[in-house]
Amino acid sequence: MSASLDKGVNVLKEMIDAPIASYFNSCVHCGLCAEACLFYTETGDPKYTPIHKLEPLRRIYTQEYTLLGKLAKMVGLSKPVTDDELEEWQELVYNSCTLCARCSLVCPVGNDLVYMIRKFREGMAVSGHAPEGLIGATTRAVEIGSPMGIRLPAVQAQMKHVQEDTGIEIPLDREGAEYMVLLSSMEIINFPEYLGAIAKIMKQAGKTWTLCSTAFEATNSGIQIGVGDIAKVLVNRIVEGAERLKVKTVISPECGHAYTALRWDGANLVGRPFSFEVLHILEVLDGFREQGLLKTEGFEEARVTFHDPCQLVRRGGVMEQPRSLLNMVAKDFVEMDDPAKYNWCCGGGGGVSANEDAEELRLQAFQVKKRQLEKTGAETLVTACANCRIVMEEGLEHYQLDIPVVGLTETLAEHLVEAED
Amino acid sequence: MAKNITLYEALASRGITRRGFMKFCAATASMMALPPGAAAAIAETLGKTLRPSVIWLSFQECTGCTESLTRADSPSVEQLIFDFISLDYHHTLQAAAGHAAEEAREHAMTMGGHLVLVDGSIPTLAGGLHSTIAGITNLQMLQETVENASAVVSIGTCAAFGGLPAAKPNPTQAKSVQELMDEGLIARKPLINVPGCPPIPSVIAGVLAHYLTFGVPELDKLGRPKVFFGDSIHDRCYRRPFYDQGKFAKTFDDEGARKGWCLFELGCKGPTTFNACATTKWNQGTSFPIEAGHGCIGCSEPSFWDAGSFYKALSQPTEPLDLAAGAVVAGAAIGVGASIANRAKKNAAKSQHETATLKDLEK
Amino acid sequence: MNEIALLNWARGPGLDIAVAVFLLGTLWRLIEIISLGRKKDLSAPRHKPGASGWHTIARRSVAPPGMLKRSPISYIGGYVFHVGLALIVFFYAQHIKLIESLIGLSWPALPSQLIDLVTVITLAAMVLVLVDRINKPVKRYLSTFEDYFTWAVTFLPILTGYLAVKHLLLPYTTMLALHILSVELLLVVLPFTKLFHVFTAFMSRWYNGNANAHKGVSV
Repeated sequence: MSASLDKGVNVLKEMIDAPIASYFNSCVHCGLCAEACLFYTETGDPKYTPIHKLEPLRRIYTQEYTLLGKLAKMVGLSKPVTDDELEEWQELVYNSCTLCARCSLVCPVGNDLVYMIRKFREGMAVSGHAPEGLIGATTRAVEIGSPMGIRLPAVQAQMKHVQEDTGIEIPLDREGAEYMVLLSSMEIINFPEYLGAIAKIMKQAGKTWTLCSTAFEATNSGIQIGVGDIAKVLVNRIVEGAERLKVKTVISPECGHAYTALRWDGANLVGRPFSFEVLHILEVLDGFREQGLLKTEGFEEARVTFHDPCQLVRRGGVMEQPRSLLNMVAKDFVEMDDPAKYNWCCGGGGGVSANEDAEELRLQAFQVKKRQLEKTGAETLVTACANCRIVMEEGLEHYQLDIPVVGLTETLAEHLVEAED
Repeated sequence: MAKNITLYEALASRGITRRGFMKFCAATASMMALPPGAAAAIAETLGKTLRPSVIWLSFQECTGCTESLTRADSPSVEQLIFDFISLDYHHTLQAAAGHAAEEAREHAMTMGGHLVLVDGSIPTLAGGLHSTIAGITNLQMLQETVENASAVVSIGTCAAFGGLPAAKPNPTQAKSVQELMDEGLIARKPLINVPGCPPIPSVIAGVLAHYLTFGVPELDKLGRPKVFFGDSIHDRCYRRPFYDQGKFAKTFDDEGARKGWCLFELGCKGPTTFNACATTKWNQGTSFPIEAGHGCIGCSEPSFWDAGSFYKALSQPTEPLDLAAGAVVAGAAIGVGASIANRAKKNAAKSQHETATLKDLEK
Repeated sequence: MNEIALLNWARGPGLDIAVAVFLLGTLWRLIEIISLGRKKDLSAPRHKPGASGWHTIARRSVAPPGMLKRSPISYIGGYVFHVGLALIVFFYAQHIKLIESLIGLSWPALPSQLIDLVTVITLAAMVLVLVDRINKPVKRYLSTFEDYFTWAVTFLPILTGYLAVKHLLLPYTTMLALHILSVELLLVVLPFTKLFHVFTAFMSRWYNGNANAHKGVSV
């Protein structure tokens, strides 16, 4: 085991760039980032202030990349960052941050704090200060192929299930298909309805698609633990698969961080632009809707509301599509207060849900989502990320609220006009 | 030569009536805002006082101060003052010349208790040889005259603060009377500063009258009588309401100038200048610079010649910012230097990068 | 040194040195920051009208929904004193003359009595912002000596300027000298403290807006 403080500091020196320097030099200690962070608002503990989570990185920046900081370090006015400090910061950087980026949205001087946290995790991880749960998930992702330890046989079993349920063939390794569909472990294990929904919708739209035997997993633990080198390995599997199967578009499933990892970080991790398109399933479905390829009937009777997955909406840019699609099948759709890019995190993203140490804090932070939900008076909570879904189900159960949480794709599929064959 | 008759007797012999004398005393008391009984006190004291000997020393000066005092075209209270003192030495006004003049001075000095009035600054470079009178330096003349004096009055900004000769680069190392006393070059005596370039005539007369009657008046931190120098021009200026409203003349001939607006933007130093110009005014109360449309140049303040252009406002710098261009270049150079170091460090870190694998996640 | 000599120094060499340090520091620090560079984003961009670094520079000055209620003094106090300070610096006739002598440009001033009122409000806002910093747990937790020092360095010029014009506390000449000296102190420390956000806030807003615009999110 070769994690070390030196490795951590070295990688942080690589990570620090002009935006980060600008951000640290702009912070005026106004504390507004804390007012946007659910971990602060629901606990009242100032240590969860986002900019405070970055304090060791700030010191490394000033000591390494500013003349005055170098001088201060030399004369002892600024202490070098120690291993103990990084140990102390583990809770702040991993347990109390989901990379939701509400802080990045509200900072009056324009700091993108999540950009900095993500890079800080690079140093934290290789100095041995990432949480056990995340290390486990990442290990499984690299060695087995999925963070929850799912192998191809498990996927094939699900495929068989869905084939039987829907009567539609689930293609595997079909070369030349237009779409390559990825799944998240969460969906394979907890929400198999998703795969069935895809199959039905693709059939109605008349599109060719396929799963890939070497790249069925969308979730990227490398992004969550914050190690680009490992994230790159995981992305490369998808790239290799997509290029091998010569698909036009790779579909990222209902998972927030998978979308971020592939759509936005992917090309930068592998060092070249992709030769294929990457779309979130909702982008694909909305495209079908616009082309008249998505035919639905009937409406949900219950009042519904929508939880915006942070990585999809605020960090991903897929904001209007969920609404256009939900409005197709819901008559009583009520937005949450603070909707769309202002919505509050479910509390489980960014690796927090895989981190047992963070469970208590996560449940406490969930109160904001609970209040939002109660205020809408909705009877069903719709979302488009399997991790948000499971986290919110757990949270609602903890607070004894009996409101079902459903995925948008599967809801749409339920309203598909039956095929006339 | 001090005469052994009282001031009142001397006046009476000159045809000054008692009424005229009382008028002077009343005017002086009122000008200095003294209480009602003061006029009588001035009259009684002055009336009984023996005329003191006054030696007026003129050094590096332009004679403007004397001109100011004597610039009256009809007999006035200012001229009366010469009847209250025995002016035993004054370059411009005395009849004697050469040795006779110097003898008069020496005689007055030996009697002691005389009042010394000084105008002009005193050069000190190379022993003070840049200004000599009767074969001795100004510094020497001042030293010996002040030795047994009762008090000294610096008339005009040159004597009070160094004035024009002391302006940058001060080639003669001109000093004020105050500085010479502080440096121990002349005997320390009670000193009154009456600055101005020149001072207002009635201010000079009023200070002397006060000294003769009541002694040294209350002085501010710069040794100036508060009664005349206690308020700034700004605080007594009739154009002050326009300053407060932000109505400024921007050129000497624009609408604002013609409407008599504040002259701050045209360089008026009224706010930082302490003198009686705004109330007592000049030419027997006719006008003063601001009223005539020109900003105050601050002539009763130290270093007013070195306070930047008379036409630059107080909020503007007094000299061009010479360091700015160099600072930009130096800053850019430091920045570039820092960048090179930063780039090198980043590249070094990159080259030291070991691709992270699972075993790097735990210690 | 008498007060008029102090004033002349402040208006002369003092200003020269302060502006020089300000320019030197600003260029040094800006280049030091920008030189660290930024990697190009190789992912396929999403185009959205109204999303760009420049838009964010403007948009970030508006409080996001819900935030004003959570921290009203941060926004209201902050805006009042920033706007107030800008009005005082750029629209008081005496200051416009200073700017004119530095860069040759000038413009009409606001009535001086209005600036007086703005000054009182600005001073009050600054005191409010300080009290909030001491009272609110998060702000107190984050604050270091530098936060209080920069507050004082910003407060003093406004206070001394007001005292000078109103003839309060000390005689005008001294008060004016202190006012100019306090501005010079502000200039000298600006590039080396959080006051540098005067420049970097716009850079940061631009970087943030630009990166997010690439994803089609207008921040």
